[in-house]
Amino acid sequence: MKQQWEERVVYQRPRALASVSTGYCPGCTHGLIHKLIAEAIDDLGIQETTIAVAPVGCALFLTDYLEVDGVMAAHGRAPAMATGIKRVEPDKVVFTYQGDGDLASIGMAEIVWAAARGENITVFFVNNAIYGMTGGQMAPTSLPGQITTSSPRGRDVETMGMPVRMAELLAGLPGAAYVVRRSVYDARTIKAARQAIRTAFRVQMEGVGFALVEFLSSCPTNWRLNPAQALEWIKEDMEPYYPLGDYKVSDIAKQLQ
Amino acid sequence: MAKELLVGNVAIAEAAIRAGVEAFFGYPITPQTELLEHMAGRMPELGRVFLQAESEVAAINMVYGAACAGARVMTSSSGPGISLMQEGLSYIAISEVPVVVVDVMRGGPGLGNIQPAQGDYNQVTKTAGHGDSRSIVLAPSSVQEAADLTGLAFDLAEKYRTIVIVAGDGMIGQMMEPAELPPMKSLPATRPDWAVTGAKGRLKNVITSVFLDAEVMEAINWRLKAKLDRIQAEEVRCELTLVDDAEILIVAFGSAARITKTAIREAREQGIRAGMLRPITLLPFPSTAIEELLDRVQTVLVVEMNTGQMVDDVRLAVQGRAPVHLYGRPGGSVPVPDEILDVIMSLRA
Ligand SMILES: Cc1ncc(C[n+]2csc(CCOP(=O)(O)OP(=O)(O)O)c2C)c(N)n1
Repeated sequence: MKQQWEERVVYQRPRALASVSTGYCPGCTHGLIHKLIAEAIDDLGIQETTIAVAPVGCALFLTDYLEVDGVMAAHGRAPAMATGIKRVEPDKVVFTYQGDGDLASIGMAEIVWAAARGENITVFFVNNAIYGMTGGQMAPTSLPGQITTSSPRGRDVETMGMPVRMAELLAGLPGAAYVVRRSVYDARTIKAARQAIRTAFRVQMEGVGFALVEFLSSCPTNWRLNPAQALEWIKEDMEPYYPLGDYKVSDIAKQLQ
Repeated sequence: MAKELLVGNVAIAEAAIRAGVEAFFGYPITPQTELLEHMAGRMPELGRVFLQAESEVAAINMVYGAACAGARVMTSSSGPGISLMQEGLSYIAISEVPVVVVDVMRGGPGLGNIQPAQGDYNQVTKTAGHGDSRSIVLAPSSVQEAADLTGLAFDLAEKYRTIVIVAGDGMIGQMMEPAELPPMKSLPATRPDWAVTGAKGRLKNVITSVFLDAEVMEAINWRLKAKLDRIQAEEVRCELTLVDDAEILIVAFGSAARITKTAIREAREQGIRAGMLRPITLLPFPSTAIEELLDRVQTVLVVEMNTGQMVDDVRLAVQGRAPVHLYGRPGGSVPVPDEILDVIMSLRA
């Protein structure tokens, strides 16, 4: 008797993820975060209404990788640009995708004010504790003692201060409706990240206010680690200083989780 | 429509509203603030967008975002804020989205003062931020013209998909004059097809300024240059006053031109054949119009409220065919007609 095989699709590329290969280094988790965002766009049915604001940083080609309308902002200015778009297109889903240099250093004013206004946008903040694109300089989020090309003796907190914890900082602003920190170093953290991305979009879609998901993300190349070691480094070195968790979940946002 | 007594800044704001501006993003700075304040009252009343940004850096990037979404959008500022906007202007220039920026110039450099000046001439005409591109620059010399050029600014911005800067100064912005405002235009019903509004029923639209391939980037630069050449060929505007028999040609714009006009009348009373060319478009600069007057003109005098910026463009236009003199009053000092008359007299001697 002949075996009857039924084909069943159990996994495929999200429609919102372009069918191109990315320029990311092996083991970098930018690509994984892109995929999680694309899945959320598919599942929420917002591919035709979403506008992405790409940063200056490794993710500057985000608009090539996602099948949605998009722009690329000047370094750090993505929240201002997203504000301009959202104010004239209030029914669309507008999100920024920003690195730590982009969001927590040069763009500190823009992100704080977007949150303070309760700007109804979604922010994906990829914290890899380094300036990836320019070749591994110290970031506002680099850890104490972390060796980078611009802190060759390690980050000196006497002269540079302690790294900035953005989720905690932004959660303190009344305009922020949803601010959480996640990571993507194993199945458990990826699952939690996937859920947070959805909530962050839904917070915007329901008009609740500013939503941000911070991701502790890897940069094996500039950390001078192999991909597996890099994931370990997130867990062992970054996470203690940047605890994963929910920093602000407004009452309405709670119902959207 | 009847004339009404209007402050320059308010005339610009209301003219923009009537031209169908959908969104205004700005930051307070004297002598521009009345413009922002008028927008703060009127825009929400009309169901349009007004937002006081946290800085001019943010304001221009909000403008950039709204323009990418295809909205008719503007901002306004003065020198210190225009400096902060240079970054955004560069990105806007390569993105080729229409944007209107008003610069109500004040004395500088630095914080300077809040008196009328024309020290931003180079800043607005020579480049839109870093890189290699320029904006159209319009220079009103009355409240009426400030209103009219604001309407024109939106038309040109959309026609060429470019930045248009309305470069006034503290005098134009702050003074009151009778002016007639245009009728209210309706807002565009649809967004342009290049705008990022969500990829519904079409391929995605992307607006970016990163082109890693030098050949691609070079081609874009040449395309922007070709557009500039078209603007130079088609959009030059200037006003000629008593030039037909003029031996002394004065070139002045904005408030300086206003004051010069009085000086010219006085000079004529003394039998001096002085005339004036007033560039209305600082970019495109009316070089050919200047050149065409050089057969009769013996001397050229540039009057500007700075230490000599437009004079460079005048010299390029004159190409050594006549001596070019400068009378400049920088730092917020405004010349009076008699001083200019004295300079005219001295040139004749
Ligand atoms: C105004 C300006 N300053 C500096 C740069 C150079 N630059 C490009 S990317 C970058 C840092 C990006 O780091 P981050 O935001 O952490 O993102 P990552 O590349 O690590 O993803 C810098 C400094 C620039 N493009 N523009």
